[in-house]
Amino acid sequence: MAAHDVMPDIELFQPVTVEDASTLAERLGSRGWILAGGQDTYGWLKDRAKSPRAMVDLAAIEGISGIEAVDGGLRIGAMTSLTTITRDERIRADFSLLASAAGKVASPQIRNQGTLGGNLVQDTRCWYYRRGLSCYRAGGNICYADSPEGMNREHAIFGASRCVAVSPSDTGTALVALDATMIVQNGDAERRIPAREFFVGPAVNITHMTVLRPGDILTAVELPERWAGADFYFEKVADRNVWDFALVSIAGAFRSEAGTIRDARLVCGAVECVPRRLEAVEAAIIGKPRNEETGTAVAALASRGAAPLNFNHFKIPLMENLVKRALRA
Amino acid sequence: MNRMHIGKDFIPPDIHGKVTGKAKYAEDYAVDGMVYARLYTSPMPHARVKNIDAEAALAMEGVVGILTADDVYPTEAPAPALLTNEPVYVGDPILAVAAVDEKTAEDALKKIRVDLEPLPFVVDPVDSLRPKGASARLEGNIYPREMREMRWAGSDVERFVSGQEPTGPAPTEWSYGDLEAGFDNAEVVLEESFVTTGYAHMSMEPRSVLSYWQNGKCHVYGSTQSQSFVVPFLARMLGIEQKDLVFIAEYCGGGFGSKISAYPVLALPGYFSRKIGRPVMLRITREEEYYVGSARVGFQGWIKAGFTKTGRVSAVDLYIVQDLGPKQAGGDASSAGGAVSILYQPDAMRLRDVPVLTNTTPRGPQRGPGQNQIAAVFEPMMDKAAQALGLDPLDMRRLNAPDSSATLNANQGPITSAYMEEALLKGAELFNWSERIKRAGQRNGSKVTGVGVGQGYHSAGASGYDGLVRLTPDGKLHLHSGVGNLGTYSYASTTRAAAELLKVNWDNCVLHYGNTEEHLPWSSYQAGSNTTFTHTRANHVAAEDLLNKMKRIAAEALGGDPGNYDVADERVFDTRNAARGLTYAEVAARAVSLGGEYSGESYPEDIHEVTQRAVQGLAGSGLIGVGKDKLPVRGTVPGLTVGFAEIELDLETGKHEIIDFLAVAECGTVVHPQGLAGQLRGGAVWGIGMASLERHVYDPQNGLPASVGYYQTKPPSYLDVPTSTEWTAVDIADPDNPVGARGVGEPAMGSATAAILCALSSALGGHLFNRTPVTPDLIVNHVSGQGQSFDPMAINSF
Repeated sequence: MAAHDVMPDIELFQPVTVEDASTLAERLGSRGWILAGGQDTYGWLKDRAKSPRAMVDLAAIEGISGIEAVDGGLRIGAMTSLTTITRDERIRADFSLLASAAGKVASPQIRNQGTLGGNLVQDTRCWYYRRGLSCYRAGGNICYADSPEGMNREHAIFGASRCVAVSPSDTGTALVALDATMIVQNGDAERRIPAREFFVGPAVNITHMTVLRPGDILTAVELPERWAGADFYFEKVADRNVWDFALVSIAGAFRSEAGTIRDARLVCGAVECVPRRLEAVEAAIIGKPRNEETGTAVAALASRGAAPLNFNHFKIPLMENLVKRALRA
Repeated sequence: MNRMHIGKDFIPPDIHGKVTGKAKYAEDYAVDGMVYARLYTSPMPHARVKNIDAEAALAMEGVVGILTADDVYPTEAPAPALLTNEPVYVGDPILAVAAVDEKTAEDALKKIRVDLEPLPFVVDPVDSLRPKGASARLEGNIYPREMREMRWAGSDVERFVSGQEPTGPAPTEWSYGDLEAGFDNAEVVLEESFVTTGYAHMSMEPRSVLSYWQNGKCHVYGSTQSQSFVVPFLARMLGIEQKDLVFIAEYCGGGFGSKISAYPVLALPGYFSRKIGRPVMLRITREEEYYVGSARVGFQGWIKAGFTKTGRVSAVDLYIVQDLGPKQAGGDASSAGGAVSILYQPDAMRLRDVPVLTNTTPRGPQRGPGQNQIAAVFEPMMDKAAQALGLDPLDMRRLNAPDSSATLNANQGPITSAYMEEALLKGAELFNWSERIKRAGQRNGSKVTGVGVGQGYHSAGASGYDGLVRLTPDGKLHLHSGVGNLGTYSYASTTRAAAELLKVNWDNCVLHYGNTEEHLPWSSYQAGSNTTFTHTRANHVAAEDLLNKMKRIAAEALGGDPGNYDVADERVFDTRNAARGLTYAEVAARAVSLGGEYSGESYPEDIHEVTQRAVQGLAGSGLIGVGKDKLPVRGTVPGLTVGFAEIELDLETGKHEIIDFLAVAECGTVVHPQGLAGQLRGGAVWGIGMASLERHVYDPQNGLPASVGYYQTKPPSYLDVPTSTEWTAVDIADPDNPVGARGVGEPAMGSATAAILCALSSALGGHLFNRTPVTPDLIVNHVSGQGQSFDPMAINSF
């Protein structure tokens, strides 16, 4: 065993079209690895905790980065850097929720290099899994985190099914709240997947956090007009203010009329393997004013059904507090 | 006092390299024929190596050789081994493999088969003390300066983990005064249990090493806090004479106590290079730095303190279980007791200490080892007592503050000087304490203001080391510094005591440091905040020797008595006729002609072997000033600091923001303002980390560490610290230092930790968490009225 820190030999493909990338990825199957900004990839490879034979680098493909207006909304290429997203005037004007979430990812250096697509499909940060242990998520038959004395402060309070890992994505939480659509290409076929269905929990697939399969290339994310210019709230609570993953985060989108909420989305990050939509809260606040009183009244709905592990029952009041704050703001 | 150098800023010679990126750290060197070594580290927390099969690896193209425990010096438990056949923690190096490039070396590791027999292990000291607890090593589970076994009764364990007064036997104990009387005199008696996390040093520069042999000498490029101090220890580890070691450590990207002297892997490439006949570079990875670097000693403890009606600390009973990791460590508890004894001057005190080994990362001294942990414990208790007595927290501290008559430790020994009340008052004025403290507890939406003051202490000075200065015929003053460049600039700033006495312009000074071939004198270790005190003395002594020799040379050349001569403007002149004199250049030239002690052909017998070799190397090149510091010192040299913090705590998220932070140094005369500012600000960042962020977690079921990367260990980021940190200094001269200086590096952290924790407590109406770090989950749980996830004495919980 070694504390690895050197890139292994790996074949590198640099296709210039999505079709080629998709064909390569499909052909390589589980031996292949899609490379975007590399901020998740290189950790896995240099640690040698994952050992693909070949990488398919998306950097040379034209048309999958950049931001353009579509049907009153925006289409954001998957290879668009997180920094670009935080600075883009159109995103800041109409979908500031996403700009806020992207701006809370890691550090400026990582946001410069990291992409929206990479932030969405990155793997979980469960420290047992990252050590390369043969847990359920890695194809084994044990969960180290959900064991009698497992250290699971950062893990899930909802949706556990053998695995208790959580989604680490800040932008994923925002995109579910914005009812975004993920554009996925496989060969020359394109699928449009609602953000909420894009992420999957361990009960559905214990080794993958998204619906993507070999040959699938996430090319873009579309933000529908529906939430353009709405009222937004994003907050990420992490131990550190730079380069840390959420303990709990919340993304809120609200449309109000005559002082009451007409439509709303509330989504929590880092409480489940997928961004967790708080539908009970959403339903309860329709027709109510967005204020402290409403927040206090509905906060407990957010955590209903939570099943905390040994070290993470703090996530319950924290989640409820974030709901209050989203409604108070 | 009108001084040329002391108290003035200057540009140390290593700055340009650091700013421009031209600085060469050990890893930046490369030599012809160099091969790369990689470590095979233990996947188990405790095991016995049954067999190593490296045949397949050695058959690989490009693989040059392997090095195992059988190839290096033997060690006796619990001394740290270079390579081992009984790994005692996950990450303990078992062997190294060398290849023509790093990738081949890493690939080779995969082909080496190491058969390990698992042995019992433990990651929590208390678990080891249980009746049937495991021992971290085959030789025992505790290390009160010798390895042995010790277990508590089950009832002792239960009492301890529930936070009650401990009843388990403690192998080490010291006390002074009448403890019972002290508590009888108390108006308020507090009892608290506590936990302080022992987290990694996290030096930015991992301890990479390059070594090769040339003409019988071993050349080592390493990263150490000290320079000359390393030489005898590293030579012994390599099994060579000191004269056969060339040691280069021009830069050190942080050590914080983990790179004080020769640590095991510093010798690894030397052994490997000798075995395979090629220069060997061992590049230590970030993850490996968490294994072969070290961590702070963790505390689990209990404390009882008595406070009189007026607020005086009357008695302290302190009980500490130390987490030593698997190797030699353990001075932290006694140092913690010492810090309490000086900072609060209790009438009576007892310290009991249970030093327990665990199969976790090796521990060693980390910035304020012991003193800073206990600052995190005792200072919030001071606030609790102040609240109970209706006193202002600052007044409580003033009342107990050490002055120059203060005493410390079990023997109640004297100190050189102390002006803690002056520090508290100076800080209080600058921080506007009396107004700010009124804001404590004020609510603004979900946020509450917290205000705290904290104190720090560390002994900060030694004596008995050597100084070496040299005047050359070109008129330059050469300052030979055996002090390591650990990042504080003390390698340079302490030499200014010599330039000061000799009245030489800094432009005419040449610094020699960072390489044994620069002929460097024996030095103290660069740790324990001692260097400023210790080496301003040693440089002063060497300069005095040079000054006396200059006067004698001038008197001999120009007539009169040496006592008639003085120096100014880089001339030695007759005070009765200033026109009669010699330039420094002329004096140096005469010294070379005169030979003997003047030019280093002879030297005092009491200087260290390292200094003797340095003088031998310089003999005949100029006028030599050399000497051992035998100046008087009346006691322990205290380094004292105070921190003031105002924070805003968000009760809903558990997060806090530091609104303002002020650090006050009480370290005698300020030698180098920017260097001191760096220490105070850096100490504050460290203190913030200890108070609320830094993480160190092991899974008790398998001994695996969770914290082996920066994002997992969570040192403070730039958005976790205040944008600006103010600082000031008392600046009253210490009588036992020729320029009035004392050291101060370590306590700057403890006082910051304490100030932040006290501020958090004040925001929560006086609630004490009695543990570090205080993280958002603890606060959210407390505010929401639900219990914490773990027992009061639990470790590995964050």
